[in-house]
Amino acid sequence: MTASPQPTVPASLDHLPPARTAALRYVLRLADNALVLGQRNAEWCGHGPVLEEDIALANISLDLIGQARLLYGRAGELEGELTGLPHHEDDYAYWRAERDFRNWTLLELPHRGPLAGNAAAERDYAVTIMRNFLYSALMVELWEALLASRDDQLAAIAAKSVKEARYHLHHAAGWVVRLGDGTEASHARMQRALEHLLPYMNECFAEDAVEAEAAAQGIGVITATLRPAWDATVAETLQAATLTLPQATRFVSTGKHGVHSEHMSYLLGEMQGLARAHPGAQW
Amino acid sequence: MTIAALPLRNDRAIDGRIARAWAALEAVPDPEIPVVSIRDLGILRDVLTGADGALEIVITPTYSGCPAMSQIAEDIDRALDGAGLAPWRIRTVLAPAWTTDWITPAARERLRAFGIAPPGQCGMPAEAQPLRFVPSAARAGAPDVVACPRCGSVHTQEISRFASTACKALYRCLDCREPFDYFKPY
Repeated sequence: MTASPQPTVPASLDHLPPARTAALRYVLRLADNALVLGQRNAEWCGHGPVLEEDIALANISLDLIGQARLLYGRAGELEGELTGLPHHEDDYAYWRAERDFRNWTLLELPHRGPLAGNAAAERDYAVTIMRNFLYSALMVELWEALLASRDDQLAAIAAKSVKEARYHLHHAAGWVVRLGDGTEASHARMQRALEHLLPYMNECFAEDAVEAEAAAQGIGVITATLRPAWDATVAETLQAATLTLPQATRFVSTGKHGVHSEHMSYLLGEMQGLARAHPGAQW
Repeated sequence: MTIAALPLRNDRAIDGRIARAWAALEAVPDPEIPVVSIRDLGILRDVLTGADGALEIVITPTYSGCPAMSQIAEDIDRALDGAGLAPWRIRTVLAPAWTTDWITPAARERLRAFGIAPPGQCGMPAEAQPLRFVPSAARAGAPDVVACPRCGSVHTQEISRFASTACKALYRCLDCREPFDYFKPY
């Protein structure tokens, strides 16, 4: 951990007009998504079902947290231009409150869902794999689209991240097929994980003012426009996995507006506790 | 196979200080794969002189989360300090995005001799794989034909796309039966 010498808490952006803050808010959402999923997947470190998967998830987390660091770096510059108070990546990760995190709710959920049959686990690998699949299938499309962002730094981050997201998708899709088209038990758990997680994808595709403004400025992308490509990846993979796409639901989670599930505060408690106990510590 | 040349600034007279900096930095090895240098890998992008007279060392990260980057910065500091080239500063750039296509042919051979299969070309069409029921998402970026760095056999198999470091995959040779690392195309 290298912390900024004097941690400062980024202020809420809610009082600033959307047109001025759209780029910053948009980049922060991407950063929070990457950080929160990176933190979640890192929970498997030392606990993976097999050694190769333990290493794979740690590597994927490393990529995600690396992407988050680059994105927070850009956010810090944008905030500096906006308010005259630039922020360090650690200010965003360790010193913001839950309400100021704008990740999709999908990514903060624990590694367990409704379990099938007699399955009992603190962490269900089916949920881990299915979430990584749903997310990376979308991020491959989103990073590709962001290669054309008018924010040069965001486009540069997208150029790196898309290469990593392709590897993440390859990993997750391979396991969706192996487990979905596996035993009766693994199939049931994958199907339940899909039914548990799919409703949370609605949030990713729900357009709102931040996204519309970022897209209008040529910085961001309307995620809903990527839906046909994402649908195609999901449909093809689920078919190979002998899994059934559940009926669409109308539930839309609200993490990207700062209103999170009950799981978020525990995730932040674990992630932020050390930095907050030793402000400015370095090693 | 064509390798994109590492773009270097040869378009102007390189002053003695810059030449000495290049010489010092060419000796800086990658912290995790010490048989190749940061220049071999394409991490070291350029050496310039800033408006204030300080040397500017331009580097680019490999994987976004590569934990070796801070070690590389420290190693650069040590090399330049040892060569008496102060003052300098390190500037990190993200574009153009690092690619394994920048790894020099000589470095590829050193990787192979070290036991790491060098990366295939990026964007090379995916080879047909002997895997059944695999959707295109799982085929994306499918492995090239990877030759065993020990016996040269191309009768090899991917064990895991993620291995000892972010930039490597784990393979095994089906002829000599040895496991080995494969530097993933990026």
